[in-house]
Amino acid sequence: MHQVIQAIILGVLVGGIYALMASGLTLVFGIMKVINVAQGALVILAAYLSYALFSHVHIDPFVSILIVTPAMFVLGVAVQLVFVRSLRGPDGSELSLLVTWALALGIEGVLSVIFKTTYRVTSPSYADSSWSVFGYRISEVRLFAFVASAVLLVLLSLLLTRTRFGRAVRATVQNPTAATLLGVDANRVQTLSFGLGVSMAAAAGAVYGVIYPFNPGSHYDLISRLLSIVVLGGLGSLGGAVFASLGMGVIEAIVAVEISPVWASFSFFVVLLAFLLVRPQGIFGVRERVL
Amino acid sequence: MSRATTAGLVRGGAFAAAGIAFPFVFHAAWIVNIGVLTLMYAALATAWNLFSGYTGYITLGQAAFFGLGAYTLGITFEHVGVGSGYNPFYALPLVGAGIALVSVPVAWIALRTRHMTFAIVTLTLLFIVQQLAFNLRSLTKGSTGLMLPTPRFPIDSYDTPFYLAMLALLLAGLALCWLILRSKLGLMLLAIREDEEKARGLGIRVTGAKLIAWSLMVWLSAMVGGVWAYYLTFIYPESSVDPLVMIGAVLMTFLGGRGTLWGPTIGALVLVPTQQYMITKLGASQLYLVGYSAVFMVVLLLLPRGILPSLRGAIDSRRERRRTHREPVVREEAHA
Repeated sequence: MHQVIQAIILGVLVGGIYALMASGLTLVFGIMKVINVAQGALVILAAYLSYALFSHVHIDPFVSILIVTPAMFVLGVAVQLVFVRSLRGPDGSELSLLVTWALALGIEGVLSVIFKTTYRVTSPSYADSSWSVFGYRISEVRLFAFVASAVLLVLLSLLLTRTRFGRAVRATVQNPTAATLLGVDANRVQTLSFGLGVSMAAAAGAVYGVIYPFNPGSHYDLISRLLSIVVLGGLGSLGGAVFASLGMGVIEAIVAVEISPVWASFSFFVVLLAFLLVRPQGIFGVRERVL
Repeated sequence: MSRATTAGLVRGGAFAAAGIAFPFVFHAAWIVNIGVLTLMYAALATAWNLFSGYTGYITLGQAAFFGLGAYTLGITFEHVGVGSGYNPFYALPLVGAGIALVSVPVAWIALRTRHMTFAIVTLTLLFIVQQLAFNLRSLTKGSTGLMLPTPRFPIDSYDTPFYLAMLALLLAGLALCWLILRSKLGLMLLAIREDEEKARGLGIRVTGAKLIAWSLMVWLSAMVGGVWAYYLTFIYPESSVDPLVMIGAVLMTFLGGRGTLWGPTIGALVLVPTQQYMITKLGASQLYLVGYSAVFMVVLLLLPRGILPSLRGAIDSRRERRRTHREPVVREEAHA
């Protein structure tokens, strides 16, 4: 029992970071029906940026969030303008899947040229310390990472519910045509939201690099989990993405201690398939219809 | 395209003849090797097109079945023995059929979802199979990889049997696509692509039609994987369930034209030699990936409809222009 509770704690802490990455992915889908397959590669890119800042300029990885996130926001806006915006028409969504996949390959290629394929990890002095609460070990970095993710998610939800921009975004999600008719600049909303989605990946990436060793090829592992999370949560649902991330973290952690770590991510994919059997639209999703 | 025209038969016959003659004209092993790879991708792309091109459901899980085919052949070699020489090739249709049968229940679950969700769910199939290849050590030897016995073919024409096997699979795929396009099943699939709700409303058994196309896709992909495994004689999880292989096949279909008979093959004929050239020129560094992604972007952003549909569109509009040009002339003659 002790082990299971320890696993649940670990799972929730890990799930928080995935929630941050997945929220960006599902937000972008909700607004423009685009799945950004490069989200995983962008997380890894941010991890490398934060790693470089730490090892060359000695900036703490958690502080580097403040530098990496705005930089990647600009990158995200540029990607939307150059690659994603032109994809319109009936096949737009499907094409975007492949275009962002190509983008992921490009990022992986560039990173492998610059950093080679050896595994790196950003290791600040407190990387290995942990607290003990009622006999349960809580790693410092993981808790910091969870708190940082939670703060950013709260900020995101405040942005969406309390600001004019957020209202425009929610209106676009609900009914793009009506939103445009009421004077929402759809192009602007789409571009800024894509940048926002990428900056979520960036913030999560800076944190990810402290917890897990990564190399340019790590994005496959990330994106496979992220895509499963957003489908399980229901495409376009922020709450669903957060809920599914925590669920994935807990399931994987429990399987890792009870059965074997090698079956951890496998078990989550199976849970996803089993769940879709009952509810194809995901936890909070709306059933997709043929357009 | 639905009727057997003379031009179509000539086109198919010429392609088959040229395909068979190729390795006997160009002996050099490296040329035949590129030929094997080109045909492999052409067959995979044709299989992908058979399901995704006609139904409009984009699957990103094809590499899972390619890998399953490779591993099933490898494991059968290890535990049962399927003979040597040409014999393993004859076992492949059965191996493919078995995998197709197993995939149907999974596909049935996946097909409860639509569009993007379907694409993502099939992508998770790819990762599931890769994890299985890593974890079922007693069968697959995990990340160490599985060694197949070296096929005993004469050394100076070693690649030719594999070339012919891949060609046979491609021709089988093309024949299947052609038959489907002529049949009621083809009409059902196209109806699903255009408007699934309406097709269902008209009484078309949409799930059945989709599952048939799906199983044919899996059958072909698994057989291609089997030939590939026998050709390389060494398989490991990352190489046999490789997202890059599948995305390559998808890219070729997009380049040639989705939902067309010859599009995937044309895409493979253009892209595989390009890809091999880039690997030899840039392979040492990871620059190859950057180049590949650039080609990918250019194809998707500049030619999203593909070569064949764009060509057909250009020819049609030219004919149209010529006709409108000529008509007044004809009328004048009639007056005179």
